[in-house]
Amino acid sequence: MLMLKPNPSSGVPIYLQLIEQVKYAIATGAVRPGEQLPGIRPLAEELVINPNTVAKAYRELEHEGVIELRQGAGAFVTDNAPSKKDTEKLRTAQAAVAVTVERLRGRGVADADIRRLFEAELLGGKRGE
Amino acid sequence: MSDHLAIETADLWKRYDDVEALRGLNLQVPTGSICGFLGRNGAGKTTAIKVLLGMARPTKGTARVLGVAPNDAGAAAMRQRIGFVSDEKDLYDYMTVGEIIAFTRPLFPGWRRELEQTYLATFELPPHRGIKDLSRGTRTKLALLLALCRGAELLILDEPTSGLDPAMAEDVLRALVGHVAGQETTIFFSSHQLSEVDQICDHVAIVDRGRLVLGGALDDLRGRYQRVQFVFAGEAPHASLKTPGIVRVQRQGRVLTVLTNDSEAVIADARALSPASIDASPVTLKDIFLESVRTED
Repeated sequence: MLMLKPNPSSGVPIYLQLIEQVKYAIATGAVRPGEQLPGIRPLAEELVINPNTVAKAYRELEHEGVIELRQGAGAFVTDNAPSKKDTEKLRTAQAAVAVTVERLRGRGVADADIRRLFEAELLGGKRGE
Repeated sequence: MSDHLAIETADLWKRYDDVEALRGLNLQVPTGSICGFLGRNGAGKTTAIKVLLGMARPTKGTARVLGVAPNDAGAAAMRQRIGFVSDEKDLYDYMTVGEIIAFTRPLFPGWRRELEQTYLATFELPPHRGIKDLSRGTRTKLALLLALCRGAELLILDEPTSGLDPAMAEDVLRALVGHVAGQETTIFFSSHQLSEVDQICDHVAIVDRGRLVLGGALDDLRGRYQRVQFVFAGEAPHASLKTPGIVRVQRQGRVLTVLTNDSEAVIADARALSPASIDASPVTLKDIFLESVRTED
């Protein structure tokens, strides 16, 4: 079963979390092309989140070509969802992150600081001079 | 006033003796949404709900519920299309659970009989138990069953999970989410539980002192607001940031914290002050709420 678990109180819109989690599930091979994602209502009930939020995430994923919504049948992962390639990319990225983290640790930067720096970087905050 | 809004009020005022409970309230609840109605005690939530239900007449302004003014001749028919659960969860104490369901059923032509069994089971309601012997939480769930089964187009719920333990509250939220997904209902509910609003609402309306202070799609609000923290080598400069979108600025020693709905602009402007570091972090609904109802200092 697909592992989707958005955190409603993180401050990040739930639909964005769902989009990322679905893409991650595809990238890791947890869900493969042609396979079906849970329907809007069952997923909303399972996660106890707004069905409009699930619908919004699915629409966005369809727009990006990651899934295909078939009338009455549900959501399916498309063949062109870049799963295999993405798995590779993710593995390479993970290695790159591991190297960076190790290097920072080597310079005595604490894990909490590393985490914060990554988050700040992703949020578009940049370091000043 | 249009169809895609289940609830719309414009410049709504309500005075009780010498208290202005509503002071120009503008509400917009889109059809098909789950909208959380938030505010401190005494902010005007209950008064607003009373006006929407035609239980109180506004001093000034207009309200439309499912396209009908609550005090119009057509309002009785409109109220048939609404399910309301009050904070008191008023129920006839002399009846049993089964009796009140049988009593309520014929009052509503759109009654969804097939949902009775579903909700009796999910809410673990004992059909033969007298209502006077029910716990507060079970009363709440019974009141919700009666509201959910009537096939209402709009549910107005006044603190639907108050008095429920977390497991019961989750059951209720799941029922509401499933109901909206299946029936194309709109839900407007007041709550003090920001976590549940975060979880199931796609819209929020925050009122304070009788006015809407913040409203709209929750994702937009979450996406827009950020907290940006600047750390300076010395004392944080007192230069005032004039960037549009700044909600609040706090200065503490070397740290300047800005709550903003346009972080890029703030960061760009603050660069001129040469901070040693800049961090941006998302804000939670709780942050947004507390900021919105903060007493001006």
